[in-house]
This record gives sequence, structure tokens and C-alpha cells, in this order.
Amino acid sequence: MTATTTATGTPDPAQLPDPRGYFGAFGGTYIPETLHHAVAELSAEYDKAKADPAFAEQMATLNRDYIGRPTPLQFAPRLTEKCAGAQVWLKREDLAHTGAHKINNAIGQCLLALRMGKKRIIAETGAGQHGTATATAAAKFGLECEVYMGEEDMRRQRPNVLRMQLMGATVTSVKDGSRTLKDATNAALRDWMATSQDTHYIIGSAVGPHPFPMIVRDFQSVIGNETKRQCQAQVGKLPDTVVAVVGGGSNAAGMFYPFASDPDCANTQLIGVEPGGTGTSFGQHAAAIAYGRPGVLHGSLSYVLQDDDGQTAPVHSISAGLDYPGIGPEHAFWKDAGRVSYAVIDDKEALDAFQTISRLEGILPALEPSHALGHVLKIAPELPNDHVLVLNLCGRGDKDLDEVVRLLEL
Amino acid sequence: MNRIDSIFTDLRAAGGKALMPFVTAGDPSVGALPAVLSAVERGGASVVEVGIPFSDPIADGPVIQASMKHALDHGATVEGVFAQVKAARSDLTLGLVAMVSYSIVHRWGLTEFVDTAAEAGFDGFIFPDLPVEESDAAVAAARSAGLILSMLVAPSTPIERAKRIAEASTGFVYVVSRPGITGARTALPEELPGRLASLRGVTDTPMTVGFGVSTPEQVAQVVSVADAAIVGSALVDHLAQRRDGGAEAVALAAEEMVAALASGLGQAAGTQ
Repeated sequence: MTATTTATGTPDPAQLPDPRGYFGAFGGTYIPETLHHAVAELSAEYDKAKADPAFAEQMATLNRDYIGRPTPLQFAPRLTEKCAGAQVWLKREDLAHTGAHKINNAIGQCLLALRMGKKRIIAETGAGQHGTATATAAAKFGLECEVYMGEEDMRRQRPNVLRMQLMGATVTSVKDGSRTLKDATNAALRDWMATSQDTHYIIGSAVGPHPFPMIVRDFQSVIGNETKRQCQAQVGKLPDTVVAVVGGGSNAAGMFYPFASDPDCANTQLIGVEPGGTGTSFGQHAAAIAYGRPGVLHGSLSYVLQDDDGQTAPVHSISAGLDYPGIGPEHAFWKDAGRVSYAVIDDKEALDAFQTISRLEGILPALEPSHALGHVLKIAPELPNDHVLVLNLCGRGDKDLDEVVRLLEL
Repeated sequence: MNRIDSIFTDLRAAGGKALMPFVTAGDPSVGALPAVLSAVERGGASVVEVGIPFSDPIADGPVIQASMKHALDHGATVEGVFAQVKAARSDLTLGLVAMVSYSIVHRWGLTEFVDTAAEAGFDGFIFPDLPVEESDAAVAAARSAGLILSMLVAPSTPIERAKRIAEASTGFVYVVSRPGITGARTALPEELPGRLASLRGVTDTPMTVGFGVSTPEQVAQVVSVADAAIVGSALVDHLAQRRDGGAEAVALAAEEMVAALASGLGQAAGTQ
């Protein structure tokens, strides 16, 4: 079976992924047979949940009462004044419970785990935001929780490690490879292969084998759906441009999908911002679309950073949540279909943007969305002043204070 | 006929069973591969799985991960592995199966990878992260090169799906003994004979059992119900401990351990 295609042969973005988990040429299910049953079980349960009005209602209630949704869409007057161009608006995902968008997906997937009768939750985490969100959701629903985190990231993001532990999660240090997000993902997948009978693996980004990229995107789409409604209500029109940072790509997928799948939003320009690190060679950045090629990693086919033998390349970003050598398959599709454009912001630009928004708006952002803001600071001055530009401020920066203080030598 | 098919046909005609060790190409060094392969053959293996090192082997436990990391840290490349296999092939009669992540195969390009492997003298493949849903092109490419492509059946695989996997597989079906990743275990799962019997009901393709097989006794248990026993982590660990002795010491250790494991094949031991 194939997805509905338009007259030009490009699949209709609203109908993706196809039944095999493909977004155009990207996606799929490249996993050991040992995981097939768990993934198939999840697909079947998700289909049932989607068709169940009680599930939608349960999500809506939790979104409102527990996560604190809708998060505000807020005009940023002093940033706008500084840019002297487009009107800059902020989608305040940093105000969601736990301080980042990750909770949207963690709550949704915990509900799926409960529906499947699983007693234990595992997760990988880079910056610790997804780990924290998962530990939070697991605590709320009384599920056992183990979070895999690279040893290097545990150092960089110590406050989040403590938060997870306080909520009863076991944080397991991963000492393999680069001791960061990729290796934590390997460890979680290995755990799941042995434990899937009673354990659900909550992947935190829009990556991994089908159906994960779709499920994560769907739970995060609350961001884009709210943004559309709020922008219409507050500004009287849809945004002209929406900018979001892309590591694995979950906040961006959730922000972009409601626009990319809606023909009425065809005039809204979507821009994903990748982490440029300190340079363009392997090991200096984590920009899979800018500097990578299609390849297979962690269960799906997408843009990845690999050498000529298919060995995963080392990556770097100032942000622990972004140093991942791949990107969700739907982003790869949007990139090749021309629906989303992707830019690169380096460590220094992100750190500068972090300070700019802290001083101008009284908001300490996470280093991840500081990359998106870095791009906004570049493009907004060139745009007319009736241009509405929305930045997805996907997380708050408390977790990054130690790292930022160290880098700025404060 | 493909060499793997001949090996299993001959074994079945003689009532024999096969030992199928796994070695990591590049541990202790890529240059040591020919010596290790000869040693494994002298020890009594019928087929050997040559593990091509990968940076992110998600189906592997700590032993094979560490071995692959050693190989990559010491400069192992796919091209290097192919060159060593090519150099060794004419001196060997055992079957050579490349165990390789599809991440590597995709990056090389499926056809180029398969054809280059065939030219080097490989007889077939296991792509442990390529499930049957994604395997059509790989099945076709292996077939047109005259090589086998073995796929895995897990304990959680329902029988109807196992049948589909067996039908898509050539050479042999790789039966994973238990859930989880590779690594030695003290005991084999009790339900293994029952699973094998069910699988026999849906396919005639030879069946090999791996994951957690590490002693001659376990080899004997496995081949009492399967066509071949796969020993990976236990051998890789044994050889890794002798790395410092170089290729010669590792080859000697490989021959001794494979011979000991082959004693578990019983009367069929040493049958080629």
C-alpha cells in the first residue's frame, strides 16, 4: 500500500507515515526481530487509543490540569524592538510542567503503557528533559522507571539527574562510546530487547523505528495546533514564519506537522535549526541534515552522520539535548519535499542568543531553543514589520546554568 | 549450489550437525582474520559467522560490543575485512557468513555490498537489524549473487510470522534462543526444544540456534534439536583475553576452544 499522493507524485504530508512507517523515502522499521513484537504491539495499541474518544478526553484533561496547557503564545516586545524587523512571538513550551515540551509525549506514552498493561518504563535522555518528563509521568501513574543517560551528560545536566532521582527513577549511567545521547539510546534499546514483555520504552524524540516517530509527533502536535489557534485569535492571522530547533526533532515535528499537513497553512514558512557546534567536520557538530546523508540508525532510515562505512560519526553540541547523530525521518521527508528549510546555528551564536533573550525578555531559555533564537536574531531584522515570526521556546534553561556559567566564565 | 546449502545438505545426509562460531573481524586485528578462520576450521566448525564491526551494535551484549570497539579503534574497515577474506578463501572449505548491520550495507549500497562480499568469497549474510518487512531488496540481491540470506526468529515471533521469515530466508534460519542481547548464559531456555519442534512444522530450512550458547554441553543440547549451534560471546571473550599474544596466540586459542565446543556435536563432531 502507498500513501495518498498528490498530482505531482509527492505524498500528502497529512497522510504520512504510510502503513509501513515511511515518510516518502524515509522511516521504516530497521530493528532486530527480537523487538518486532513490542513494536507491533505498540502500533496496534496506538491505533486503538486513537479511535477511543475516552483516550482523547484523558489526554485533554491531563494536558490542561497536569501539564498546564495551553502554553502561552506571547509577543516579545523588546526582542522585536532589537531586531527592528519581524514581530517576534514566543510559544512558551518552557512553561509546561517540568519545563519543556518533552512532557507532552511522556504523558501520552505512559497512558499507552498503562493500556498495554506494562509495569515498567525505560527511557534514554540527553539533556535530561525527556528523562525528567518520563520520571514525572511514571511517578504520576505509579510505574517503575529507569532512565539511561550518558556519563558525560550526567555531568553536564546534574540538576535533571537529581530531579529524576527525587521522583523515584533509577538513572543508569552509560559509559559506552561518546557517553552521550546516542549511547543512552543503544542502552535503552538493549534493555527493551530483554524486557519488552512488561516494559515500555518511551523514546523521547521523533526518531526510532515506526511507530515511534509518528506517535511522538502526534503527542507533540498539541504545540502546533495551539499555535495556529492562538495566532489566529491574538494576531488575526497565521504565522508567516515558524522557527524551531531540531536535534532528533520532536518539538519541531510537533510544531511543524499541523502546518505542514494543512493546505491552508501553505504560506507559513517553516524553519528547523540544527546545532552547528564548533565547525563543519565530523565530531564538531550535530547537524545531520546540513552535513549528513541518508542512512540507517536506531531503527529508521533518515539523514544521519556516518562515515563511508556506515559507522556513526562522533557529534558535538554545546547542548546535551542536541548532540545526536541523526534526525527524525519526517524531517528528512520535509527537507527533501521542500516543505521545511533547515538552517545551522553554532555554539557561540546559541550562547549569545541565550544571553540576549535572558536580558531582553527575562526568560532563561534552554540551550536547545537558544539555537532557534540565534536564527531568529539573524533573519528577523531582514523581514518587514508586519511579518509574524513564531519561535518555539521548547524548554527553560535552569538545567543549563552550570554549563553556561562555566562557558561564560562568570 | 551455494556452499552453505551444500554443507547442510551433506550434514543432513550423514546425520551430522554443525558448529557455527562467531568471530569479530578485526579482533585482535584485521590482518589476523585468515589465521583465525583457518583455526576455527581446524577446530571443527562447518560455518563461521564473520562479524563486521559496527559502532552501534544494538543487538549485542557487552562482550561483542567491546570486541567491535577494539576492532574499530584499531582501524578495521569493511574493505579491509573483504580483502582478508579474499586472501583466506582459497585455503578454506568452511562456509563464511557475514554478520553485518544494515547501517553498513545501506551506506555501501546494497548491490555493491553484496557483490563485493560475494567476490571476496563470502557465502551469505545475516543482517541482524533488517526484519522481514524491509528485506525484499536484500533477498533479491543475495539471490542474484548466489548467496544465502539468513533471517532471525525470536522467542516472541508468532508461528505464522516465523513461517514467513523461514520462507524468506535462504541457507538456514537463525533461531534466537531467548529474549535480549547476545551473551553467554548458564542455561538454555527449557522451552527451546518445543519451539524448534513448532518451527520444524512450518519449514524444512536448516535451523541454527544462537544467543547464550557457550559450552560443549550446551552445544550438545542445541544440536539434539537443531541443525547447528552458534557460539559467539563465549568465544569472542576467550579470544579477547588473549589479544596481547597477537594473531598466533589468538588462532591457537580459537582452534582449541572450537575443538572443545565441537566435542558437543557428539558423533557428528568434525563432520564437514
